Amino acid sequence: MPTYSIREAAVLERRSASDRPAVVFKNVSLSFDDKTVLRDVSFTLLPGHTKIILGASGSGKSTILKLILGLLKPDGGEIWVHGSRVDNMRELDLMKVRGHLGMVFQEGALFDSLTVAENVGYKLYEETDMALDDVRRRVEEVLGFVRLSEHIDKMPSALSGGQRRRVAIARAMAFKPPTLLYDEATTGLDPITATTIDEEIVKLRDVENVSSIVVTHQLRDAFFVATHEAVRDGNAIEITPADPRKCDEAEFIMLKDGVITFEGNAAELRSSTDPYIKTFLS
Amino acid sequence: MLTHWLKAALYEVQEYIRLQGQTVRGVFSRPFYFHDVVEQFDQIGLGSLTVVLLTGFFTGAVLALQTGITLDQFGARPFVGRLISASMIKELGPVLTGLMLAGRIGSGIAAELGSMVVTDQINALRALGTDPVRKLVVPRVLAGFFMAPVLTVISDTVGILGGWLIAVYQLRVASSLYWTSITDALYLQDAWMGILKPFFLGYVIVTIGCHVGLRTSGGTQGVGRSTTAAVVAASVAVIAVDFFVTRLLITLLY
Repeated sequence: MPTYSIREAAVLERRSASDRPAVVFKNVSLSFDDKTVLRDVSFTLLPGHTKIILGASGSGKSTILKLILGLLKPDGGEIWVHGSRVDNMRELDLMKVRGHLGMVFQEGALFDSLTVAENVGYKLYEETDMALDDVRRRVEEVLGFVRLSEHIDKMPSALSGGQRRRVAIARAMAFKPPTLLYDEATTGLDPITATTIDEEIVKLRDVENVSSIVVTHQLRDAFFVATHEAVRDGNAIEITPADPRKCDEAEFIMLKDGVITFEGNAAELRSSTDPYIKTFLS
Repeated sequence: MLTHWLKAALYEVQEYIRLQGQTVRGVFSRPFYFHDVVEQFDQIGLGSLTVVLLTGFFTGAVLALQTGITLDQFGARPFVGRLISASMIKELGPVLTGLMLAGRIGSGIAAELGSMVVTDQINALRALGTDPVRKLVVPRVLAGFFMAPVLTVISDTVGILGGWLIAVYQLRVASSLYWTSITDALYLQDAWMGILKPFFLGYVIVTIGCHVGLRTSGGTQGVGRSTTAAVVAASVAVIAVDFFVTRLLITLLY
């Protein structure tokens, strides 16, 4: 997997919209009071690729996702999302950029006063002119994709933890954003349920060609997403071990105290001699 | 220490004023979430009806009991209606309705929005392209602003009815005398005073609830703290705003 310098990233930005990087970070820094959260962070996410951001709690992983969405502003550096610079953008203009981004929050962040269908179709119901019947059809389609069709009229409180995360994925993908951001989507789930979430992430990336940023400290899930691919077989979708070319499209970023200490694919991560990474992987 | 406290207080005031600016902008520009406005009118208006009816009724009744004893000393028991109408419409109706709303609405809003903040639902709204102020604050402020006067009028009415019950059946004042003395003592300025004040009180209660709720931090404990803070701040604000608005209206109306 080639790594892109800032200059190369700038060249990539000038390409047509379809080739344009989904997300570009250039020397981004952020501090809260005296605490440095991110220092000089740079990376590029290409369309259809995956970035897996690893790091201990408090290393700044989730902050990166909030910066991409414009929920936080950096102290320095540039952030580009699908060709738009978002670090200095007004809230009103950010609403349009957020149409390119689906976010799966930690714990799901489902609206607990709305049903599953209303949650999943929220953006289509509230922020678009789509006909109600069309919204309902799209909601049924995405709930079918995450295998939760029978729960469409339930309230989120009636679902299990894993089901809530899958509804959150369905909500994030309902309006077909080209990029999805996952914030600790498997944390707190048992390994079997976590695998179902990992499979959804892989399916979305490979079947819907969605670019993904996966923030996690669950190594098992991170390696699953990086080393598997979804293959369509007729109407069915199979999850199989990925070939080396596909594995290269998933790149790991290791954050330590707000600084990137490693960038590379799964094999490079496993063979790293960095003591911190070795401790993290052990 | 004092500087730190002052800075924090000024920051709160700045954020409160900013929220009000965003709310006013949200009222007069699109997108406007009409069905949320209707829902809040129902929840804040109809939902508060029981508590307002009970408070108004018993306040009017106890007022009749107390003033009846005092008026007896001057042989003026038949004028009990004058005292009830003047007290209820000018002062007790708006203030007690305001306090009841601060307890019911202020706390409810702070708890609801606070829970949404700590469970990332507010960030989820923003990520989905919705401005939380337009979606959550504007409908509540509109409902509080317009429903507080309606609830106050209802409270005044049942208060006067409660007073009538005591006046007629306990104090043995003739019913016709009670109603005549009520209208005799009522001036148009009093009615204006009674109807204008709740607009301010409703606005203050809801904006405080929203502000405190949206600034919640610290998990479920934080939600508890916000709920208490919203009730305390809104209750004190009701009394304080009542004083200043009364002072202003006396200058303007009388």
